Amino acid sequence: MTGPFATQPGPVPVLVLGDVLLVTLQGDLHDTAAERLQQDITQRIASSPAPVGGVVIDISGVEIVDSFLGRILAEIAASARLLATRTVLAGMRPSVAITLVELGLTMPGLDTALDVERALSLLGHPSPAAPTTHPEEGA
Amino acid sequence: MQVAEHETALDVTRELSDFLERRREQIAQRWAEASLFRAVFTVSRDEAVEACKAVVDALAEVARGGRPEDLRAPGFDSVREQLGRMAASRAKAGYTPSQIAGEVAGLREPVTSLLRAEYDDPADPRAQANEIALTILIGTLRLVVMETTVDAGEELIARQRQQLLEVATPVIRLWDGVVAVPLIGTLDSARSQIVMESLLEAIVDQRARYAILDITGVPTVDSLVAQHLMKTVAAARLMGAECIVSGIRPAIAQTIVQLGIDLGTIITRAGLSDALAYALSQQGIVVSPRPAMGGNAR
Amino acid sequence: MHAPFVSATRLSIGSDADLAWVRQQVRQAAAALGFGLVQQTKLVTAVSELARNTLVHGGGGHMEMTPLAEGNRVGLRLSFVDRGPGIRDLELAMTDGYTTGGGLGKGLSGSKRLVAEFAIDSRPGEGTTVTIADWVSGVPSPRAGAS
Repeated sequence: MTGPFATQPGPVPVLVLGDVLLVTLQGDLHDTAAERLQQDITQRIASSPAPVGGVVIDISGVEIVDSFLGRILAEIAASARLLATRTVLAGMRPSVAITLVELGLTMPGLDTALDVERALSLLGHPSPAAPTTHPEEGA
Repeated sequence: MQVAEHETALDVTRELSDFLERRREQIAQRWAEASLFRAVFTVSRDEAVEACKAVVDALAEVARGGRPEDLRAPGFDSVREQLGRMAASRAKAGYTPSQIAGEVAGLREPVTSLLRAEYDDPADPRAQANEIALTILIGTLRLVVMETTVDAGEELIARQRQQLLEVATPVIRLWDGVVAVPLIGTLDSARSQIVMESLLEAIVDQRARYAILDITGVPTVDSLVAQHLMKTVAAARLMGAECIVSGIRPAIAQTIVQLGIDLGTIITRAGLSDALAYALSQQGIVVSPRPAMGGNAR
Repeated sequence: MHAPFVSATRLSIGSDADLAWVRQQVRQAAAALGFGLVQQTKLVTAVSELARNTLVHGGGGHMEMTPLAEGNRVGLRLSFVDRGPGIRDLELAMTDGYTTGGGLGKGLSGSKRLVAEFAIDSRPGEGTTVTIADWVSGVPSPRAGAS
């Protein structure tokens, strides 16, 4: 018996932000949706007319990452790398990070950032609103 | 007349059970005067009497079941929580477990005098058998109370331990984007779990890029402690922050090498200030002495 | 709202969508019992691993969820039952990195590290049952009615 779901199992939207692809994962991601996302991103990078500057995957809205989703994320990053594109995983919650480490998934090949803003600046795209220099460090 | 022994025993406990039910009101009235009940039900005497009746009923049920010595008799279930509450409030008032046990044992006397009054001849074997059964029953009640007292004590210890752990693990903001946790004392599993959680929470709250784990105050680093440190570093990295372990004293450095512990790719620095200097320089922040202005520097 | 249920709950595991449903139900139960956020996350992650094993390797099955109370502790026991081919070499299957399903090989060994108790029973040709249990750590929330 299957009940109602808080999240719809539809495809995950991929936003284009300048030359960066931004993917925001929310709630409970179904396995098929995760697999579709993996194909989607690789496709987008490969077929993009202009080179893609990077992929940011925002997982701040994700409550759990198990080994399946962990593998999908690592594979997205690996295939993007083959296409000369860097992937940054942004906004992992502390509880998720602790669990992944205990599970034995430390994702060594993956770049990480505290949030999307930091991820963008890591990719060389400082968002104009964000002050990147220390306020107390005037000339 | 020859009667099987266990049948006699069952007769006795049944008789005791009947007695407890018959004298329920009187026993409850007498118990309500006892310090054990009075101290808990301070507001209303009626409440105390009701609580006493619940205990009498429980004892009657246990006696009817024929096993007055059974701690796990279902009859006790209905009063277990109430007894626990009573024991806990006595414990809070500073009573030791043995004092509480003494108070429970004191409940026997009022019942015994009522029981004796039932028989014309105090030497009646039925009277004596009933009194023995009652003694056993109250003894069991005492054990049930003791058990809840011990449980309450364990709960208190667990709570205090938890509070101590949290107090002993302050996360300090050293600079914009740099947090540090000075670890003092032994780093066991429970402790390192809390260290990890508070450090990761601080990384989110302070939007920290660098987190410093200072182990100057940690007496020994064995492979288990090293494993805890590496887990914390790995979790922080998953969140997008870099960890620096500082305060590795020479003796600890030697142990780490001798044990063959591989701290892997963890960034280490001798002291907390070295770690901070590293975190700042990585962010392009230079701290330099203020140039003397107008030559009037004192 | 604090409404601990008393009886065991049985949820079937037959599809991708069931995995999400099972995760959601365990999350709610764990939260109601007073599990902290990190413990909830570990437990639900372990559930996700094991439920997926039931689906992928066992060809589907069910999960049984039972709330536990023992003295001052409360907890949750979860059993994952399938009638699939079973596991031939349990020791090997519990090894970190060992995989037959194309995953990372962290499912069984990893979920064992996430919970307090872990037991596995498997017979080739008959199926597999994995049972885990976890207890609310620290201080249980004060019981209703306590002074």
